[in-house]
Amino acid sequence: MTTKTKQLNRIDLIFKNENDCKEILKKSFDRTHEEVINEMVNSGLKGRGGAGFPTGLKWKLTAEEKEQTKYVICNADEGEPGTFKDREILTRVPHKVLAGMAMCAKIIGAKEGYIYLRGEYKFLVPQLREELKRFHHIMNELNLDFVVDIFLGSGAYICGEESALFESMEGKRGEPRNKPPYPTHCGYLNKPTVINNVETLAHSYTIMKYGAKKFRELGVKDSWGSKVFSVSGDTPIPGIYELELGMSVQDFVDDFGDGDTKAVQVGGASGFLVPRKRFQKSHIGYQGKLTGVSLPTGGSMMIFNSSRSMYNVLNNYLDFFEEESCGQCTPCRVGCQQLLKGIKAVKRGEKPAAYLDKLLKLTDTMRLTAKCGLGQSVANSFSSIVENFREEMIY
Amino acid sequence: MNDQAELVKDLVTEHGIKREKLLPILQAVVEKDRFLSESAILKIAEETKIPAADVYGTASFYTFLDTVPRGKYVIRVCKTITCAMKGKNQILMALEDFLKIKLGETTPDKLFTILETNCLGWCHKAPAMLVNDDVYTELTPNKVVDILSSYKLKVDKE
Repeated sequence: MTTKTKQLNRIDLIFKNENDCKEILKKSFDRTHEEVINEMVNSGLKGRGGAGFPTGLKWKLTAEEKEQTKYVICNADEGEPGTFKDREILTRVPHKVLAGMAMCAKIIGAKEGYIYLRGEYKFLVPQLREELKRFHHIMNELNLDFVVDIFLGSGAYICGEESALFESMEGKRGEPRNKPPYPTHCGYLNKPTVINNVETLAHSYTIMKYGAKKFRELGVKDSWGSKVFSVSGDTPIPGIYELELGMSVQDFVDDFGDGDTKAVQVGGASGFLVPRKRFQKSHIGYQGKLTGVSLPTGGSMMIFNSSRSMYNVLNNYLDFFEEESCGQCTPCRVGCQQLLKGIKAVKRGEKPAAYLDKLLKLTDTMRLTAKCGLGQSVANSFSSIVENFREEMIY
Repeated sequence: MNDQAELVKDLVTEHGIKREKLLPILQAVVEKDRFLSESAILKIAEETKIPAADVYGTASFYTFLDTVPRGKYVIRVCKTITCAMKGKNQILMALEDFLKIKLGETTPDKLFTILETNCLGWCHKAPAMLVNDDVYTELTPNKVVDILSSYKLKVDKE
């Protein structure tokens, strides 16, 4: 069996200085919708926000909807702890993101698009407005009736969840909806909506320019292409890096660690903690039949060295989730509170160590019964930290 | 009509009476007053024809839409993991020391409020904080004093 892992490989595609959006869009508009959708499907591009839904399929499903009014939304509510790559993309190559939105709009038949920008990035608005002016000019020249506006968030992590984002745009509390129906059928204002992460849209531009085949020269099966990573924590070189998918955590640590790396949090607070003994066997990519463990990520890579207490790390995450839980469903609202209370009680000796097992059971329940990804994914970091660093939770 | 009522009226005229426009309206009021007072919420409800309870319910969901009075400059220090590891507490202490208030409080002259917030997305340049919409990164206690002094100077000049 061929191994499906890759060496760590720095890529320069997303941030490459290219100013040919108009030409690329024209090229894509000249092709049939079917051709463009096939190109996207064949590329194997998966959502770069972390959930990893196939982008081509999302576009295809929305294009098939009969509704007259449809929307394209760029999800720039980048709130996962340790993630900051979308801001960099919107700062350096916003035209590629907008080109991706226009391609999508043409195929699905949307006339309106929005960039949902987190309130913390409000300072980006003036430069984005300038870019939008240029973009709308191009839309006029290419004769596409498509207008993009910016919608600002107001400091709620949960609004990065797509259905909560729609609620927020509709002027309501950002509480996730029941699924199904999915956004492709019933999204913003209950109309078919394509909602893509900032990076996903920028990749769409790349795919349209270089073709699906070229895109698949990078990455591994089930995880094609490259991905922009946000690297922070105990590293001498924190920052934003575009890397080929499929690398092992070991290779990553060899390049980015400070020589004393104890663990890496892959995918932010809602992702998994990989301890040193698993560096070799863990790979960065979407779920598939990889040999070893594959870890999906929205790009957040937080590195911890041996001076860090994993109890403090978990405490910080739970604090975060307890505050950011929308409070709508009981498993998440009460679950987060109890997990936080629970680890504190164990640490103080008010509860026996075995209480941690009860808390692990609670996270299983949350994974099964919470309404949205927030409540379900608290279990990821909780179980991976408690199982690997149990003694640090107790003593 | 007072300033606030006029502002709300103008905003509603600008955005129109649509539920989708509620957040932009709330954000604009907060940008000016730094918080949503009861009178502002009632006025928004009246002008948009959205029940006041819904307006308040929506506003109170969002961290940046404060419903209690805040200072002219709201300082939000990031407390999420990387900033916490890279000295968030020292930054907070420098702020408290300089402004002579505690976390969550507003200075008596209503100029500054100190708050904590969740991940601001500057982990590679931790620790970070926001002063209203402006970002400050790679903070040190000395840098914090310089930043606040510049805000004080700005206020004195006005």
